[in-house]
Parts: sequence; structure tokens; C-alpha cells
Amino acid sequence: MPPAPHPLSAPLLRREGREKVTGAARYAAEHTPPGCAYAWPVPAIVARGRITAVDTADALALPGVLAVLTHENAPRLAALEDPTLAVLQNDRVPHRGWYVALAVADSLETARAAAEAVRVAYDTAGYDVRLTAGHPGLYTPEEVNGGYPAVRERGDFDAAFAAAPVTVDATYTVPPLHNHPMEPHASTARWYDGHLTVHDTSQGSTRVRDDLAALFTLGKDEVTVVSEHVGGGFGCKGTPRPQVVLAAMAARFTGRPVKLVLPRRQMAAVVGHRAPTLQRVRLGAGTDGLITALAHEVATHTSTITEFTEQAAVPARIMYRSPHSRTTHRVVPLDIPTPSWMRAPGEAPGMYALESAVDELAVALGRDPVELRIRNEPETEPDSGRSFSSRHLTACLQAGAERFGWLPRDPRPALRREGDLLLGTGVAASTYPVYLAPATAEAHAAADGSYRIRINATDIGTGARTVLAQVAAAALGAPEDRVRIEIGDSDLPPAVLAGGSMGTGSWGWAVHKAATALVARLRAHQGPLPAQGIGTTADTGQETAAPSPYSRHAFGAQFAEVQVDTVTGEVRVRRLLGVFAAGRILNSRTARSQFIGGMTMGLGMALTEGSGLDPAFGDFTECDLASYHVPASADVPAVEAHWLDEDDPHLNPMGSKGIGEIGIVGTAAAVANAVWHATGVRLRDLPLTPDKVLPRLPVRPH
Amino acid sequence: MKQFGYVRAGSVAEAVRIAGEEPDARFLGGGTNLVDLMKLGVATPRLLVDVSRLPLDRIEELPDGGLRIGATVRNSVLAADPAVRDRYPVLSQALLSGASGQLRNTATTGGNLLQRTRCAYFQDAAKPCNKRAPGTGCPAREGAHRDLAVLGHSEHCVATQPSDMAVALAALDATVHLHGPDGERSVPATDFHRLPGDRPEQDTEIRRGELITAVELPPARPGGNSRYRKARDRASFAFALVSVAAVLDVHEGAVRHAALAYGGLAHRPWRARAAEAVLHGASATEDTFARAADAELAAARPLRENGFKVALARNLTVGVLAGLAGSAARA
Repeated sequence: MPPAPHPLSAPLLRREGREKVTGAARYAAEHTPPGCAYAWPVPAIVARGRITAVDTADALALPGVLAVLTHENAPRLAALEDPTLAVLQNDRVPHRGWYVALAVADSLETARAAAEAVRVAYDTAGYDVRLTAGHPGLYTPEEVNGGYPAVRERGDFDAAFAAAPVTVDATYTVPPLHNHPMEPHASTARWYDGHLTVHDTSQGSTRVRDDLAALFTLGKDEVTVVSEHVGGGFGCKGTPRPQVVLAAMAARFTGRPVKLVLPRRQMAAVVGHRAPTLQRVRLGAGTDGLITALAHEVATHTSTITEFTEQAAVPARIMYRSPHSRTTHRVVPLDIPTPSWMRAPGEAPGMYALESAVDELAVALGRDPVELRIRNEPETEPDSGRSFSSRHLTACLQAGAERFGWLPRDPRPALRREGDLLLGTGVAASTYPVYLAPATAEAHAAADGSYRIRINATDIGTGARTVLAQVAAAALGAPEDRVRIEIGDSDLPPAVLAGGSMGTGSWGWAVHKAATALVARLRAHQGPLPAQGIGTTADTGQETAAPSPYSRHAFGAQFAEVQVDTVTGEVRVRRLLGVFAAGRILNSRTARSQFIGGMTMGLGMALTEGSGLDPAFGDFTECDLASYHVPASADVPAVEAHWLDEDDPHLNPMGSKGIGEIGIVGTAAAVANAVWHATGVRLRDLPLTPDKVLPRLPVRPH
Repeated sequence: MKQFGYVRAGSVAEAVRIAGEEPDARFLGGGTNLVDLMKLGVATPRLLVDVSRLPLDRIEELPDGGLRIGATVRNSVLAADPAVRDRYPVLSQALLSGASGQLRNTATTGGNLLQRTRCAYFQDAAKPCNKRAPGTGCPAREGAHRDLAVLGHSEHCVATQPSDMAVALAALDATVHLHGPDGERSVPATDFHRLPGDRPEQDTEIRRGELITAVELPPARPGGNSRYRKARDRASFAFALVSVAAVLDVHEGAVRHAALAYGGLAHRPWRARAAEAVLHGASATEDTFARAADAELAAARPLRENGFKVALARNLTVGVLAGLAGSAARA
């Protein structure tokens, strides 16, 4: 094969960038079929109970109202594994904000007025929305999110911890967090001749198609779901969410196309959140700095309708060489919205706690935290004994320390002052697993020398189109601009969602396979191509089904410099620097955006983001972007992302690991560790807002 | 659908007349808060009287050396005005610490004074709130109130006034000019906002149908230096946890004049008279500043989750006054 004109890793511009910045790119809510009606949901205003009566008369009397769907008249849905999609099917209210009705009207304004005119009577019951470490309802689930066992034990933790000369025993808490992508959840649905077509904002429309077909008992060929452009997801669009079911229901009920965009204020209750975690970490070490005992015990919540357990103790199973280890999860069902995936579920909160504890251990041992981590690097995956396909955490730590200017560093806290500010630096490790899932791709060569790739990948803002074009061009030996990419439509060959940092690896593998097969066919072909061109299809079902003998993870190291204002308790990040080892980086421009975006989200987790469950009403208090504080530009100073050239032959044909999530992993710990270094105060309850920081700072002389 | 009328007033007199004829009329300035509240169903006016294009967009020098700021002057214009930056830096700083650039380009001086609390219960029409629906109760007292008042609250309401600009105006002894059905009058900025008492639905002393036409600043004190400092959850685009507006004139080591107002502590910009009494004539030291803050904050009655505001206000007071005293000493 001739060398690819655009080698992988080139910083190609996003293919749809111009469309996006000029407004030409159309998102799910921007499709308005002729005769389109509008829907507005009615959320429950009790935290737990049953609907005893729904009065829709006033709503239906409004001119322009087409229907009000309730559990009494809504189309019946087949049961699915995900009960959050069983909307308007019965009278039960499992949490405040659960949808109890849907108004449909000629205009958005009328739909909203009708929704507000619906009268719902409830039989209410006592509710419980408060996660505590001693909650009597906590139990150990069979498995946690990702299919991992809830409990793993190696060796004899209790004995080793008791015998360890140096120990850390600390509990860290992460509050509920919300993904809040810029584009709210939105769907436009229409039925035509028995075929359901939906424009939906989703991270993977194949799954949405499959679920809609199951819910409405249709064949998969009777449903089409299009997610051409998606304005962010971060996990909360990973599987279908209620809006797509409601839109399809309403469209069927009214016989009109129906558009439904969830109001931002309703999103917190219905599209998922990162569950809060109470995490106790115990580390025991010898005076030589070797960790001998490690326990990471997590308590978290789920809803009463389904079990979702944030797998926060899982990363501790692969991070450090400790002969004795215990990692456990317990979960309690509360009367709260169902938690779900948020960028790096498990790793993001878990590595905050673990990497904070490692920092505390470094302090207790009087050792440099970079050196301590390197000292405790395992040869093989501690939990399984498997070899790592590649693990370059040490190199990331060393490269990061060098670039950041980590040394010389006085490890003593509260020494660096600039006026009222205390300054400090911190470090933490990052990790994220390599997941791969089957996908199918078609590659086609046209008679005019152009190529077309078809696969139902999704671009949620990451640059998926662009990077798949690069993968295809490299495999075809063709200029990238001769390759057309078709993604974001469930009628295309099926593929996994953009989630778990597995999109590019999974899709790219199928694209590579199809393109490689096409090259072989073209080579074998004699004479000019037929008018219809030549195509190939490839699926990676077999390749991805085979379990890898290797432990496969990306790793990274994050460094932070913070300032803490001793007058106000305000913590601001001055610098963030990450170095990652994530296989081959396929597009340096879009990859950098992913890393920096993840790190920025981690900064928010450390300092500004949190959703409180209101004991008075049982719902989330922060329901808009004025109160749920994602970092503003002024909060995000110099953020640098770098990576190592990592050559790992045990991944996929591109040699890539996922990069969508690792950027958020470790950031919060690096920031919190820097806050300790700045102030000498160990804060273990995120986010580090002035109300928590100021009372813990030494009292000022005046 | 909620219907409402919209009319663009051609003059102040016309605006006041139209608003006087419709009990549920509201004046529309930049709309940066009112339109949000209408979307939330919190405000439900039947008529919007757009006053944003009235000829009230000038900043004028007054013969006595003061400044008259028209009610429709945009926040970003006011913050950037050379006279304001030069003579009333506390006002410019307060404006620039508020909202975002886009909002400041739209928000007006009059509208800024009338923005409503960001208490979560006030903004959720499905929940009780004495300010939004008198008599329904105040869940904030037991519920989420980290951001709410520690001074001057009542059993009926613990909301805070959100404007940064209003805090600076209180410290500057500004005057708010009003034009209503009964003619013109003016109210000191310190008295313009109310404490909640048993009528939390009434944020200010403004009477029905009255339009803010201007805000007047008295001449800046020669030798007086001023500053605004705001503590918040994120570096930009967040309401004050606590803010301090201060004007300080130090002569030969003693405080000749001090004016101090707090934001984020109460239902109105909290002019700190007790603190000022301690400051006047006292030596300009951190000890004095701390004593002054303590004198004012002795009245604080924090709720379960907002006790940090007392220490924060104290620290900000000392920090800001010490900074002003220090820069005066250097000058």
C-alpha cells in the first residue's frame, strides 16, 4: 500500500466545522416536518406517591391543544430493561420530576400552557433522598456499572493494614453531578405508513432504534433514528432517554409529527446524573514507601426503579501494587431520579478519592507523591495478574513533572504566599479502560475515484467524522478529501454508541477492516470500475468478541497549581497540565480538545459543580446553568494536554485507546492535593467552594 | 398560552401613563431578568411597556460635580465611562463583577436595580414562596439556603438582593429618581430596597406605576478611594456569596470618611452604619477595620448552612479597607 497522504494523527480540521459555526448544521430540534406539533411534559411535584386523578379538561379546552397523554390514555409500551423509559404507563411516582403527563399542541406555547393547566392529584408517601454512610438500606449489589463485581478481595487486608507502620484512613465525598450538555435532550418524531422516523439527540442511534422498536413492538426495519449532529452528551445521551419515547408516543397518538425539547430545568430529574459517592480509602505502607494494604469502600445511591451502582472502587483494582486489597460497593435505593453515566463513571469519582489518599500517604511517608506512585507501579494488573497491553504511567508522571516544573518542590504546606493568596501544586494519576464493541462498516469505491464509508457512528462534538475519514484514507491509501463519511443514521450499518471512550476504536476498526477489504478487491479488479462502483462490508463481531489476554487501559498524569485566597476561601486553578498515554493519537487537534475538555470538566468537579438534593422537596436544587456552576472561561486558565507516542499492538488496527474520558480522571484529586499543599488543610468534600474552604483555613489575625 | 401586550413608550410621560392604566403592566428595560422570570412563570405581566429606548441613556455631569446616570444606560457603558472609572471606581468594579459581558451589554441601570432574588424557591413556580406567592410559606429557611441572607431576614423570607451595582450605589449615597402617576420623587439608594418583614413580595420602595428615570451620584469625596470586592463560587458569572463596596478617606492615619455596604447578606444592599460609626475618626488599622466589621455583623443571624458568610464578610471588610488605606498611604 502506498503511504497514506494524510497519516493518522494529523491535526485535520473538523469536517462539519463550517456547518456548525454558520448554523447550517441541524440538530434534533431543528427538523420541523410539515404539520409538526409540539409537546411539553408535566413533571410530578411530589417526591413519592401515586397519581389518584388527572384532570385534563382545562388543558384540552385550550385552542390548539391536540392531546394530553397520561398513564390512562397513553399508548402501551412493551417492557424494557430500562424502566426509566416506561413513561406514562402506570400511576406510580418514583421521584419528583418523573413525567406524569404530556401536552401536545399546534404550537410550543400552547403545549406549555396546556401542560401547566393539567391538574394531577397524588396520594403521597414519605420519602427519603438522603445518602448517608450508615443508611440501613445500603446493600451490596451483585455487580456494579460496567459489569464489574461489586466486591474484590485479595490477600488479607485487615491484617496487613493493622501491621502497616504508616497508614491513611480517610473518607471522601463527591456530590451528585449533572452532565448538562449544551444541547438539551430533544426529539422530533413522525410516523409515515407505519414507519417511525425520529431525529433524536443521542450518542448512539442504533440503540435508540432498537429500543423504540421493542417498546412499540415494531421490526427494526420499521424505525429510523437520525442523530446527525449532537451538541454534547457526556453520557446522559448514551442510551435512549424519556424524550424520544414521549415524542414517538405523542406522534402516534396524534397522527402528527411531534417535536419535544426538554426544558433545561426539567433535565436534572429525567436524563440521569452522576450518583454521589461516600468513599472510604485506607492505605497501609511500609516505611520504604511500598503499599501493602489498600481498601476502597464506596457507598452510593440509586433510584427505586432500577439499580445503577457507580463503580468508583474499580480503578483501585488496577492502579497500585498492593498484596492485600479490598474494593467494595454498597448502594441504597432512594426516592430520587435514576443515576446514570457521566463522563468516566467510576473512574472520575473513584480516582478522586484514591489519588487524594495516595497524596495523603505521600505526606505521611514524607515522600514525593510522583516518586511514591512510581514506586508502587505494578508489573501486572494487581486484580487479575494479567499483563498490561501497555502501561506508561511512570513515563507520564515523569514527562508531566518535567513539563510542569514539578521539582524542585518544597513538600511542606502553607509556605508559598503572594499577598493574601496561598499557592500550591498537586499531582494525580489518571486511568481509563479500553473498551471495544462490534461495529459494521461499508466501504465503497466509485467509478470516479471517490470513496464512501457508511457506519452508524455518532459525532457528539468529538470529530468522529474527521477521524474516521483519516482511518479510511490511511487504509485506502487515498487522499482524505476523496473519502465521504456517512454517519449518524440508524439505517446505516450498526455500530456502538459514542461512549465508554470506545467509539473511535470500535468504529475505526470496522472502517479499517472494510476499507482494507475494499483495497484487496480493487487490486483484484481488472479494468475500469463498473458504473455502480465496488463495495465491501465488514463487521468486527468476531474480533471484538474474543477476550483479550491483556489488561488494557490508558493512563495519564495530571498536575495542578492553585491559589487559595485566605480572605475569601476562593480556590482558583492557575495551571493544569496533563500527560496521557492512550495508544496512538489519531487526530492531534480533536484529541487535544477532548483532553482539555475532560480536564476542564474535572476542574469543575473539583471546584464548582454539584447538585444538592433538597430535603424539603426531594429534588435537585440546581436546575439551571446559573446555579449549576460549570467552569466559566475565567476559571479555566492555562490548560495543557500532552501525550506520549505509545505503541500498543494489542488494541485495534489503529493502535488507539479511547481519549474521551481520561481527561476528567484525576483532575479533581490533583487540584485538591494542590489545595492541601497551598494551605495545609485537607478538604475531602467536593466541590471546594468558599463555604467549605474558608471555615477550615487558619483564622486570620484580624 | 399566556398572552401579554407589548408597547414601546415614546416618552417617560407616556410610559407612566400607559403603565398606570394597566394594573399588571411591567416596564421592560434590557429584559435580562424579567424575560427569564416570564419564561419561568414567576412573572406574569399582562403588558410590557418597553422603556429601553427612552432618551434616558445619557451620563451627565452635574453642576455640583456629581453624575446623573440615565435609567437606560447599559451596564457595560456605565462601567466603561471614564468619569465613573476615575471618580467612582467602586461602581465600575461592581458592574464588571456582575453577570457576563453579553448580559452587561443589554442590562440597564434601572432594570439592574429591580432584578429579583435568585432564591431557588422563588424561581420555581411549583413551590411555596412568600415573595412570589404571599402566604404560601418560605421553604428556604429549612431547605437550600447557603446563598441566602444572614442579616435582616424575617420568618417570611430569607432572600438576598442579587445586584452588585446596587451595593456600590448604596455605598456611594446615590439617589434613585422616580417618575410616577403622582409626579417625580427621589429615594436614597440606601432606602430604595426594603427588608422583607411581612411583605417580602415588595422588594423596593417603588410605588405602582413608578418608573426609574435616573440614578444620581453625589460628588466623589476628594481624597476618598473606593473599591468593590466580590467573593463567589466561580471566577465569573456567579452571584455574590458576599460582596463589599467601600469608600474610604484616610487623613493622617485616621479615617475621615468611610462608607461601607454589603451584598449577598440581606434582602437589600446592607449599608453598614454600625461599622461606619466605629470607623469614623478611628485610626486606619486592621484592628479598627475588624472591630468595625464585628460591630456590624453582631446582628447576623445565620441559618444552618450560611454561617460562613459572617466570617467571609468580616475578612472582606478588613481586606478591602486595609487595601484602600494602604493605597491611600502610598498615594
